[in-house]
Amino acid sequence: MEFFNAVLEFEFLQHALVAGALAGIACGVVGSYVVVRRITYIAGAIAHCVLAGLGIGRWLQVVHGWPVTPAQGAVVAAVAAALVIGIVSLRVREREDTIIGAVWAIGMAIGILFIAVTPGYHEDLMSYLFGNILLIGSGDLWIMAALDALVLVLALGLYPQLEAVCFDEEFARLRGLNVEAYVLVLLVLTALTVVLLVSVVGIVLVIALLTLPAAIAGHFTTTLRGMMALASLLAIAFTTGGLAVSYAPDLPAGATTIVIAGAAYLLVLVLRRIIAGMRSR
Amino acid sequence: MNPEQQTTPVIEVENLSFRFDGGPPVLEDVNLEIIAGDFASVIGPNGGGKTTLVKLIVGLLTPTAGKVRVFGQSPVKARPRIGYMPQHAMMDPRFPVRAIDVVLMGRLGSGRRFGSYSRADREAAADALAKVSLETVGARPFSDLSGGQRQRVLLARALVTDPEMLLLDEPAAGLDQKVEQDFFELLQELNRQLTIILVTHDLGFVAGFVRTVICVHGHVDIHPTSTLDGRAISEIYGGEVRMVRHDHRMDH
Repeated sequence: MEFFNAVLEFEFLQHALVAGALAGIACGVVGSYVVVRRITYIAGAIAHCVLAGLGIGRWLQVVHGWPVTPAQGAVVAAVAAALVIGIVSLRVREREDTIIGAVWAIGMAIGILFIAVTPGYHEDLMSYLFGNILLIGSGDLWIMAALDALVLVLALGLYPQLEAVCFDEEFARLRGLNVEAYVLVLLVLTALTVVLLVSVVGIVLVIALLTLPAAIAGHFTTTLRGMMALASLLAIAFTTGGLAVSYAPDLPAGATTIVIAGAAYLLVLVLRRIIAGMRSR
Repeated sequence: MNPEQQTTPVIEVENLSFRFDGGPPVLEDVNLEIIAGDFASVIGPNGGGKTTLVKLIVGLLTPTAGKVRVFGQSPVKARPRIGYMPQHAMMDPRFPVRAIDVVLMGRLGSGRRFGSYSRADREAAADALAKVSLETVGARPFSDLSGGQRQRVLLARALVTDPEMLLLDEPAAGLDQKVEQDFFELLQELNRQLTIILVTHDLGFVAGFVRTVICVHGHVDIHPTSTLDGRAISEIYGGEVRMVRHDHRMDH
């Protein structure tokens, strides 16, 4: 109740709710692709490279006075990481996990170095790592909406091809699809979605929000399309729930969101176990 | 089958050798010709190069030496005319997809750009499901189907591409005898219009259905089914690589 009144009163909470919803939609759609194609760890590596983008962006802005923002740096770094992982793993398949691990840690290290050499508030580092949805302004919302629209148009417009590539890559190739191109498109979509989510839950927690709603939805749907729709609704519910629960006791919203999503996932697993057990009796 | 069909080669393999980067040769000096309308079975021990040969035919792999022509074209160009059915073990059984969605994937091609499947795509997919007697399971999750039904769905996906040749990799793996028999009877019926090439390690069972047996064990030998006896089989599976008579192609 206190939260409800506060939403009506404070603009920053309204922004936070809209931001959670925008990120949630892309998260459900792209997260479903990530889950069925099993590229969660690629998403994790991309997320950690966002720190490099944020750090370099802010360093250029503060130290050199360039007209760039950390957010723009984040988009560039995420897309670059996606392309590097994608191209290298398509060329040298058997080393994929090594590349993912290397990109993951190097991205993070570069970010930390640039943040260290940039004068200013180092608390920023904490909000990059764990998110601070309450800091999102209305200008950020427009950028998020544009990113969201781009992700949705590509992810849904190329649905048949992406579904086929995720289900059976070899068959898709034999039908004449340019599988490499679609894999790269999927990784870039993942990168853009990761950037959207970083502002909500932070770099470290992104993988959970990207995969948990889709994993839950996978238990209740029979099509990839249905999985995306339900996962989007769940993601919005989790970000909204995270804000509502964290508000009164003044807890970090990102971490609260993830704990709620994780609890929901565990609950679904346990309930399914119990139901399956009852049926077999 | 008309006489013209009987002599047109759909697959020509000449002096083909293949090895993975720096590895030992998987296939060596393979010569092979398959004529239109044939029902050929590719057999051989595991690791003998069966799947490698298939992948060379569809252009998923490139020969180290020699050449492959399919319908007189390069494999990559001929691909749209081949209906391919991979081993179903390769797929994630929990992928959220209905039977009809799987069949629809056969309608994808290089010409498609943006947007969802058309009405014509959906009708063609429903027709293909009917051809394999699965018209009632279209809306069911692929993962809920029995092994035999799944194989039929994958066959429907290959058929919806309107192929001139079917290439099936171990389609009967994991099926029980009865289901396997039904599946091969369906293939036999399709063979009236299509050339069929079937990879299998289960030689005994296919012998009653196929016309030509292609033995892959590093080298490749072709036999008409009627000449295949215990001696030839033990040579194939015995690990010892010797040339088996392969100069003959008997009429059936």
